[in-house]
Amino acid sequence: MDNQGTDHYADLMNFGFTEEQEILRSEVRKFIDEHAPLEEVRRITDAPEGFSRELWSRMGGLGWLGLTIPEAHGGSGTGLVTLVVLLEEMGRTLFPSPLVSQVLAARAIERRGSEDQKQRLLPALADGSCVATVALLEEVDRYDPAGMALVAAPEGGSERLRGRKTFVADGAAADLFVVAYRSSAGAGEEGVSLAVVEKGAAGVSVEDLPPVDPSKRLAHLILDGVEVDDGARLGARGAAWGTVADLVDVGATLVTAEAVGSAEGGLALTTSYARERLQFGSPIGRFQGVKHPLAEMFVDVESFKSLVYYAAWALDQGAADASLAASRAKAYASEVMPNYGLQGVELHGGIGYTWEYDIQLFLKRARWMRPMFGDADHHYERVAALGGL
Amino acid sequence: MDFELSPEEEAFRDEVRAFLDDHLVPEEERAPGFDFEWQTKVREKGWVGFSWPREVGGGGGSIMEQVILKDEMSKRHAPSLGTCFMGLAWVGPSIIQYGTEEQKQKFVPEILDGKYQWCTGYSEPGSGSDLASLQCKAVREGDEYVVNGQKIWTSLAPWAEWIILLVRTSSDGANKHDGITCLLVPMKSEGIEVRPIKNMGGGAIFAEVFFDNVRVPVENRLGDEGQGWQVTVSALASERSSISEVHGLVRRLAELKELARDTPKNGRPASENPSLRSRLVKAETRIEAMRLNGMRFLTKQLKGEKLGSETSINKLLRANLEIEMGEIALEILGSSSNVRSGEATPGGGKWQSFSLGWPEVVIGGGTPNIQRNIIAERILGLPKD
Repeated sequence: MDNQGTDHYADLMNFGFTEEQEILRSEVRKFIDEHAPLEEVRRITDAPEGFSRELWSRMGGLGWLGLTIPEAHGGSGTGLVTLVVLLEEMGRTLFPSPLVSQVLAARAIERRGSEDQKQRLLPALADGSCVATVALLEEVDRYDPAGMALVAAPEGGSERLRGRKTFVADGAAADLFVVAYRSSAGAGEEGVSLAVVEKGAAGVSVEDLPPVDPSKRLAHLILDGVEVDDGARLGARGAAWGTVADLVDVGATLVTAEAVGSAEGGLALTTSYARERLQFGSPIGRFQGVKHPLAEMFVDVESFKSLVYYAAWALDQGAADASLAASRAKAYASEVMPNYGLQGVELHGGIGYTWEYDIQLFLKRARWMRPMFGDADHHYERVAALGGL
Repeated sequence: MDFELSPEEEAFRDEVRAFLDDHLVPEEERAPGFDFEWQTKVREKGWVGFSWPREVGGGGGSIMEQVILKDEMSKRHAPSLGTCFMGLAWVGPSIIQYGTEEQKQKFVPEILDGKYQWCTGYSEPGSGSDLASLQCKAVREGDEYVVNGQKIWTSLAPWAEWIILLVRTSSDGANKHDGITCLLVPMKSEGIEVRPIKNMGGGAIFAEVFFDNVRVPVENRLGDEGQGWQVTVSALASERSSISEVHGLVRRLAELKELARDTPKNGRPASENPSLRSRLVKAETRIEAMRLNGMRFLTKQLKGEKLGSETSINKLLRANLEIEMGEIALEILGSSSNVRSGEATPGGGKWQSFSLGWPEVVIGGGTPNIQRNIIAERILGLPKD
């Protein structure tokens, strides 16, 4: 494509998972079958927090929360490709957990934190005893540097934050926030900083927002004169834009990986209904008006699956086309997912419209993922710009 | 995931690159007839029929080596080995699998040398997507079959010297697939009449072929009587996950983006028009998905698994892309898209040709609806229509 400078042999080799990754996949499947089939997921998401602390700490015990955290800081450092396997499987039954938020927060700390900050914060993220998330947005869906507009007031050697970060994923559950803000006014890359803010710190409050998809919670983070000292800021003042941009790429990739699982889960539910539901003396799945849209959905899911596998690999490698790859995957998935959610409900007929039947959960999940870390327009525009249009 | 070549594979890649450096003439300097010259050179090197076993004269290349060879060649825009296109694509593989010793000795070297074209007599006026309902009839008389009937949409028929032909030798039996037999027939046989059909682009690549008491020696039967369906199916299955076809799409997309940058629309380059811009990147993203899907299929093959119906995924994507890219081009060209050739239209009419040529690719190997049926029935397990 537009990475013609790179050797295309990077294109050809073993584009699949290792034996260890396949073993992880079957372990996750077993875990989900045992602890989180859909009826159990419904029960979990009905609870006020929307996820199970018990299963969360079990995941920590299994090492699943530390896949991307270096060994020196309590994780296994195996990388994003392995995490994709975990997310795909968890997406299949819409398993609720703050995993993506946790990974992004840990990544920010790992990339910009001092050794001391890493030692202090990362082990608790790896074992799950601390839940963390990232607070990037202010104006809705604005992921560019100008979107990080909250300017800190300098105060001695520290900075003080007064303002609001919006639509923070898993905000109500989080004990720790990685917050993007500005150390100096402006709209460019220069000046953007990152800091960790603890939930219990003076001036911090959280406004929990009523969710459409109960398995995916959002909150506003209210910062009312919160102090950021050198121990809280991640790296030098005003130099964190590169990491913020990376978090958006990684967030887009991980949300897409989870979407692969939920798309396959929704497709499986609809196909099995189409095999069993009899009308006009025949299973409705025999009719081309039913089977062809399902075939199209399969083609699209396989395609953004390939794109997201490559994006995860490229991000792990720090490849030159990693951002382009992430945008391609998220753009494609955001473009097609909601439509397939809608078709899933429609193909079920009346039963699909009920609260009781599960297909509506997959529509809500598809709509949830659409804007997260950039919608189709946002990412296609980036593909255009990076590709010389 | 691991994207490294083994040292042997790297050495092979270097050998291919050196061969290309030495022998490939840059595209703009190629004389007419270079395609045949090229096929001869590649043949001398032993790389035509590279996937075929060495004992029949093929190259015996591993799957990975086949991919490297194809990939290097298409990256450098080497001519495709088209002087015996169908022979290489499916006639040869069928003969290798089902042919008699005599058939292998006669046909395989001729196909590898690119001596002549083959054409393929499958479709009939009443049997398109439902190929197994075919009616063209062959009756055995002594050591000969006598063929009567008609084929249609037979690509390359006006030039081909041989046809691989499916005929009905029996109408008994519950299964319509059982009475089908495969014959290899010289196009010069008495009783064959070819009537070219002009396609919507104005060319005549396909034709109707009529058979009036055409006598075919029994030794020209490929496989057993009644085995024709099996011969056909396994021939089509010998298609590889063709990663290299993506290079053609990548290249066309690059040309399309250039056209969009160079062609004004309302006083600005067409590339800045939001809707065209969006369609261009959606196409580009799907081409990249096709490339990566192909890599996943290849990985499966390298692990020794057989490819099945999943090849329909890329066929469907490609069908949509062939059509959409033509439509994007016409929209960029605006009013000048209604001019067939000449300076009045950017590209001199090549986009018009392209946008009138997609059925060859999109319908040729099974229509998109057939691909959707394959995916729905064989992968998703929905009941057969």
